[in-house]
Amino acid sequence: MAKTKSAMRRKETMYGYIFVMPWIVGFLAFTAGPLLFSLFASFTNYNITSQMDFVGAENYQGLFTEDGLFWTSLWNTLYYVLFSVPLTTIGAIFLSALLNQDVPGIRVFRTLYYLPAVLSGVGVYLLWMQLLDPGTGMINLILGWFGIDGPNWLFDPAWTKPSLIFMKLWSVGGAMLLYLASMQGVSKTLYEAAEIDGANTFRQFFHITLPMITPVIFFDVVTSLIGGFQIFQEAYVMSSNGEGGPANSLLFYNLYMWRQAFENFNMGYAMAMSWILFIIVFILTMINLKLAPRWVHYEGGDNR
Amino acid sequence: MTSPQEDTRYVEEAGTTRDIKNPSYFEHHGNRKKMLKLINFVLLAAGSLMILSPLWWMLSTSLKTMAEVMSFPPTFFPESWNWSNYIRTWEAAPFTQYTINTLVITTLVVIGNVLSNSFIAYGFAKIPFRGRNLLFAIVLATMMIPGFVTLIPQYVLFAKLGWVNTYYPLVVPAFFGSAFNIFLLRQFYMTIPNELIEAAKMEGASHFYIWRKIGLPLTKPAIATVAIFSFNGAWNDFLGPLLYLNDENLYTLQIGLQVFKGQLNTQWNYLMAGSLLVLLPVIIIFFFFQKYFIQGINLQSGGK
Repeated sequence: MAKTKSAMRRKETMYGYIFVMPWIVGFLAFTAGPLLFSLFASFTNYNITSQMDFVGAENYQGLFTEDGLFWTSLWNTLYYVLFSVPLTTIGAIFLSALLNQDVPGIRVFRTLYYLPAVLSGVGVYLLWMQLLDPGTGMINLILGWFGIDGPNWLFDPAWTKPSLIFMKLWSVGGAMLLYLASMQGVSKTLYEAAEIDGANTFRQFFHITLPMITPVIFFDVVTSLIGGFQIFQEAYVMSSNGEGGPANSLLFYNLYMWRQAFENFNMGYAMAMSWILFIIVFILTMINLKLAPRWVHYEGGDNR
Repeated sequence: MTSPQEDTRYVEEAGTTRDIKNPSYFEHHGNRKKMLKLINFVLLAAGSLMILSPLWWMLSTSLKTMAEVMSFPPTFFPESWNWSNYIRTWEAAPFTQYTINTLVITTLVVIGNVLSNSFIAYGFAKIPFRGRNLLFAIVLATMMIPGFVTLIPQYVLFAKLGWVNTYYPLVVPAFFGSAFNIFLLRQFYMTIPNELIEAAKMEGASHFYIWRKIGLPLTKPAIATVAIFSFNGAWNDFLGPLLYLNDENLYTLQIGLQVFKGQLNTQWNYLMAGSLLVLLPVIIIFFFFQKYFIQGINLQSGGK
């Protein structure tokens, strides 16, 4: 009997590997292979056509010590992440708290707020370029009604990054749904008990709702941090000629990497840049994971 | 709902001194709640206007004459509704060709994603085999890798294969699974009882047969979610086509729109008409298949 059992297990293992084989092949060909190649090439002067000489840490050294645009792009990206991640997180939580109430038309509201989250791509960027246009756009028209003289948005280096953050806030509905799902999972008895203790709505929110949704906050912060560092398309489409202007204010890390890789064909240099980004993202994610036990509340026995 | 009497009992047990036997306490409490609900509703209604006004502005601008677009201050409602702007826009660039191209890529990506991810996820969810947990951990870890780290070496790979200026780099990887979709479908497969699979195996069914006859039909809702997310992703993809397609005959709608932007400069009425046309299929799909979007979000957050 033992023999047939182990034969069964072997058969299962064979089947298992057949089923996950497409992923293994794809992983080796499109992820692991390219990663190894990139790590190696980041120590060369690879330019895709003619040269691939080993240059040691020259690329990395050059980035840190001689390349001003590298630091500009890193600063721009940090600025964007530092503001967009907390603002979208708080915005999404606030919105989902409002949408978690029983008010008339709540289903319609939920649909409307989610809609912008599914819209993306060049169409949306063009729309926001028009909305933010200082002369013909809607935003400054509305600000004007309140007597506010709106800024030049995408034409003023001080306002370009806030412009993109506003655009991001418009589509906060995606994360909102994530929080809403989690809020609806919070047991009603907790609120009933708090009600009897005389806790008002705000206290209930801060002492029950917020702690109970911390796992989702953690997930959202980790993923939007990783995503935020990779901002590229918005800046490419919304700055003239995809240059990251005006005054390099939209030259994000990935945009600069793109220029090095696919416009100057400094492939080795660009790959070194990509590894620095990887390391930054990795360290931040690890810090997040380390800090998580201090503030993320997991219900005992519930291994969601 | 608990009745006031029950509440009283609870409170007495909890030993609070609050005078809740006094009927005015509940009355006051009820009014406060109503007030909060009203504020909630007003905030949501005001917010909806903020969410919807950009979309209205896009439609409104697309119908204006160029003279009206440029007039100051801008108008919220077009003086005349120039639907002919849409025909002019469509004829100003080879949008029909772009649409066909986009549909070809999108269809292939959706088919590839649905087939490969469903197959792979079945393996990870329903076949016990050695090394499964380790492999699945790697699947999840790949989600943390910033896209550009693999994008540049992948470009080198596809360039060496002679795939630049073809649809292969955009379509082929979809047939090898992707971490996010595998994760989503696996979550759903986990809700199918193992007894069902075991019973089918007792009858002599192979895993291929079980996947086709039980797995696929039972996971239809999750597959619909993956299909819709994939459609959205491929339809809105800008980076891939930007990198790999140089021949104008191969352009997708996103690239076409970007080129259109360069040609038209600030002719916002045509640009908004083009943007709306490109966004329209996504908006329509959103309204018809909302529940699948929401399901995807719920699976993502680990709920049911």
